[in-house]
Amino acid sequence: MPVSPGTDGGAGGPALPEPVLQANGITVDLGGRSVLTSVDLTLGRGEVVAVLGANGSGKSTLVRAVIGLVPRRAGSVELFGTPLERFRDRARLGYVPQRSTGSTGVPATVREVVLSGRLARRRFLGPASRADKAAADRAIELVGLTPLRGRPVTELSGGQHQRTLIARALASEPELLVMDEPLAGVDAASGHQLARTVGDLVASGTAVLLVEHDLGPLTDVVDRAVVIDHGRVAYDGPAHGAPTEHVHHHPHDGEPARLQPLPGEGVL
Amino acid sequence: MLELLDYPFMRLALAAAVITGVTAPAIGTFLVQRRLALLGDGIGHVALTGVALGLLTGTAPLLTAVVAATLGALAIELLRTYARTSGDVALAMLFYGGLAGGVMLINFAGDSAAKLNSYLFGSIVTVTSSDLITVAILGGLVLAVVLAATPQLFAVCQDEDHARVSGVPVRLYGILIAVLAAVTITVAMRTVGLLLVSALMVVPVAAAQQVSRSFRGTHLLAILLGLLAAVGGVVASFEIDTQPGPTIVLMALAFFAVLAGVRGVVALTGRWRGRPLESG
Repeated sequence: MPVSPGTDGGAGGPALPEPVLQANGITVDLGGRSVLTSVDLTLGRGEVVAVLGANGSGKSTLVRAVIGLVPRRAGSVELFGTPLERFRDRARLGYVPQRSTGSTGVPATVREVVLSGRLARRRFLGPASRADKAAADRAIELVGLTPLRGRPVTELSGGQHQRTLIARALASEPELLVMDEPLAGVDAASGHQLARTVGDLVASGTAVLLVEHDLGPLTDVVDRAVVIDHGRVAYDGPAHGAPTEHVHHHPHDGEPARLQPLPGEGVL
Repeated sequence: MLELLDYPFMRLALAAAVITGVTAPAIGTFLVQRRLALLGDGIGHVALTGVALGLLTGTAPLLTAVVAATLGALAIELLRTYARTSGDVALAMLFYGGLAGGVMLINFAGDSAAKLNSYLFGSIVTVTSSDLITVAILGGLVLAVVLAATPQLFAVCQDEDHARVSGVPVRLYGILIAVLAAVTITVAMRTVGLLLVSALMVVPVAAAQQVSRSFRGTHLLAILLGLLAAVGGVVASFEIDTQPGPTIVLMALAFFAVLAGVRGVVALTGRWRGRPLESG
């Protein structure tokens, strides 16, 4: 049964700011197959929520649906109190896609890729402003890639490439950062660097929504875990209480507090 | 060598070469980035039907070609978006339908194989001043749009999902790229011909990549190499009496070979590329 998300400040309390993300009844069909059924997801300001689940559970689809990359059959999404369909203030939303191993046909440097993250903020015409460049450089600094900012991204390791994509998302100075499997193919050092970056972001009030198989080094920075199993929410509560990947085999609470890595997953 | 400037047709040819040489790689870089290097080739096939319709109806072929190429580009972009599974087969049918239809219609129009040849492989020395005006307007338009929209085009070609989340109307820009490619093909039609136009959009980009590590560097160098190949090809074809279109394309390929060689030598001496850091 879904555990109610952080609603401790509910009715009667002081007026809470609107949630960063409020998704209700998300239902998604892909290619005629039901992928998600009536999933709710709420994210408060400065909250770090991890969506967990096995391969094919629908966790990645859920996150793609709430930012409009996958069409919903039913359900509503509000970002910062505005329905997704009318949400124009795109700079407030940072997105780190699943890192693809394929590259584009033309080289691009770390700085060029990160600067493209300013698109929602920069003026429509004309070169990048000094503020755009400064924001891109700050984002690169934040993920620790300053020495490599002139490198083509194709020459980076998996972890460095992932950090480039995170910096691109951070360049727009978002209030909600959405990351799809940020630890995939990332070495241990980059994993810990990512945990530090997320910690810094939360301290500055940014909310983070991430999809993972296994939280690994991120366990300590995640406030809440939502486990998706067969397209439904199987658990929504503290990260340390989250059941393991094999939720359908062990549906009891009181499972080991730590998630067990799947064999063959990132060496962390 | 400057004697070739004494011939009015050569002055027109060189002007057309400059416009084509700059425009083709300017948009071609985005096609290569998007892994659609052969899109230009397909649109070129479709444009031939436009040329034929122009010849049949007594309209300027350049204008009917722009219309046909643009419609073809739109069809291709829509097929790419909505018919993912069978997209490439649909594209192939469109391409070869365009080519076959064009050849057949040109025959109907009673035009000779030489006429057909001039559109397939270019006939830059027959460019008239009114052709040049059309080419200059269309080329200028493509360049202006590409330069103005480079940040958006870069974002869309680099990562569609990220661009979409950033609020960029990705589908619109996809259509824009296809339309710009279509217009460029018509611009280049008189210079290198419809069957070779894709080469001028792609080969300078591939050559530039051999020595450039940034997108901006690749883009600018590709434009420069396209310009040099187009002008150099026209001059060389005049000097050694060859067909300009193929000469231009071979010159671009020669640039690629030379720069790939430079890169190989530098890589062997181990000083060109830093290796990715081991970790961290």
